[in-house]
Amino acid sequence: MSRPPSEPDLHGYLDDALSPERRADVAAWLEAHADDAARVGLWRAINAGMGELYGPVAEEPIPPQLRMLAAGPERRRLGGLPMAASILLALAVGATGGWVLRGLDRVAIQSIAPIASAAAALPHDAAVAYAVYAPEVRHPVEVGADEEAHLCQWLTRRLGTDVKAPKLDALGFKLVGGRLLPSDKGPAALLMYEDAAKRRLTLYQVRGTPQPGSTEFRFAEENGVNVFSWFEGNAGFALAGKLARDELLRAAKATYDGFKS
Amino acid sequence: MNMAAQIAMGSGGLAALHSAALLKVGDGRAVQNQHLIEPHIGSLRRYARALVRDADRADDLVHDCLERALSRWHLWRGEGNLRAWLFTILHNVHVNNVRRDMAAGRPVQMPEGIELRATPPSQDHHLMLNDLAAAMTRLPDEQRQTVLLVGLEGFSYREVARITGVPIGTVMSRLSRGRERLRELIAGPDESKIRKAK
Repeated sequence: MSRPPSEPDLHGYLDDALSPERRADVAAWLEAHADDAARVGLWRAINAGMGELYGPVAEEPIPPQLRMLAAGPERRRLGGLPMAASILLALAVGATGGWVLRGLDRVAIQSIAPIASAAAALPHDAAVAYAVYAPEVRHPVEVGADEEAHLCQWLTRRLGTDVKAPKLDALGFKLVGGRLLPSDKGPAALLMYEDAAKRRLTLYQVRGTPQPGSTEFRFAEENGVNVFSWFEGNAGFALAGKLARDELLRAAKATYDGFKS
Repeated sequence: MNMAAQIAMGSGGLAALHSAALLKVGDGRAVQNQHLIEPHIGSLRRYARALVRDADRADDLVHDCLERALSRWHLWRGEGNLRAWLFTILHNVHVNNVRRDMAAGRPVQMPEGIELRATPPSQDHHLMLNDLAAAMTRLPDEQRQTVLLVGLEGFSYREVARITGVPIGTVMSRLSRGRERLRELIAGPDESKIRKAK
């Protein structure tokens, strides 16, 4: 050991900011000087402690408003337009047997194709959740509509994305309540609605984006359950029920509008 | 255009179909920004939370930082360290906030500890984290920033100098004084607790 390490040397040793030679010198000094070794050891423990105290924040789901912001001003200005456009797309494709797709240029087709595959699980998961819980008589939900605010707060926290219960009263459906579900993508939310005839609708929501900035509106049928699904912000939504397609579509529109407002 | 109107349009919607395609193409630049910035939001939130403690205020800080970053996106030349650039912006927003609060005579809120993780590995360890959280609140803002940027965020001294806008010698003295102050606050004047805390 040629010379005793300076204060910056001791920090540089901890922060890996020394040349290999100087580093070896400081290491040798610390071997022989327990008091300095203890100081550096405590600084190291402080680094580790800060990591434990604050580190989990970096692992939390990013709040939707920050994620949206990161997408840039262009996207915010467009607002719900891509959604409206893709609803139209889904309807037009459905109505004309898909031939209009051939009229689009390649860029558009490329931008649509990956969404369809990534989004495929959503209607299925929603149809399964409907099939399991909609027939339930005594325990259809975990938290009832009388605690709607608490329900939405709870599900928002668990999903890491805004969960709201849109009003579907105009269509005769009232909120029954909701529950938390497991899914491949993490926690999912299921809200249940019911009309006077005891017909039920479920709104399934899970955090996830098929592709940043993209939205798509899809219709699917699975074992007699009709499902409309779409992505908005950082969440996927799917409205499921044993309703005719047209009626379910009106409910999906009301849900989409209710969520945006 | 509302959805009902679109539905009523039926097969006449081809023009709108094309505009849907254009929208997606026009969105490309924004999506690119998101891909670049989004991976850094986690660490920006972590640093902001450690700096101002209150979760809402911390996210407001990150929010203002991202907003400013996007409005100045043209100033980032696409080279160098984007994360350091974002931290520089966050630092400036924070400093301006503190200055504004002081000018308005509002008390500058200092962090006062933080909710601990549910299952600390051991009792000693738990004490150490509590002590550390309390000690962090008693550092001057500049020292806390420097200790966090180096020890939590892993920036080099040179990067911290650039982020905080001071010479590298100032970074070293803030780091040194900050860590020594924390050590004294945690270990006390007698050094007996050091071994316990490790």
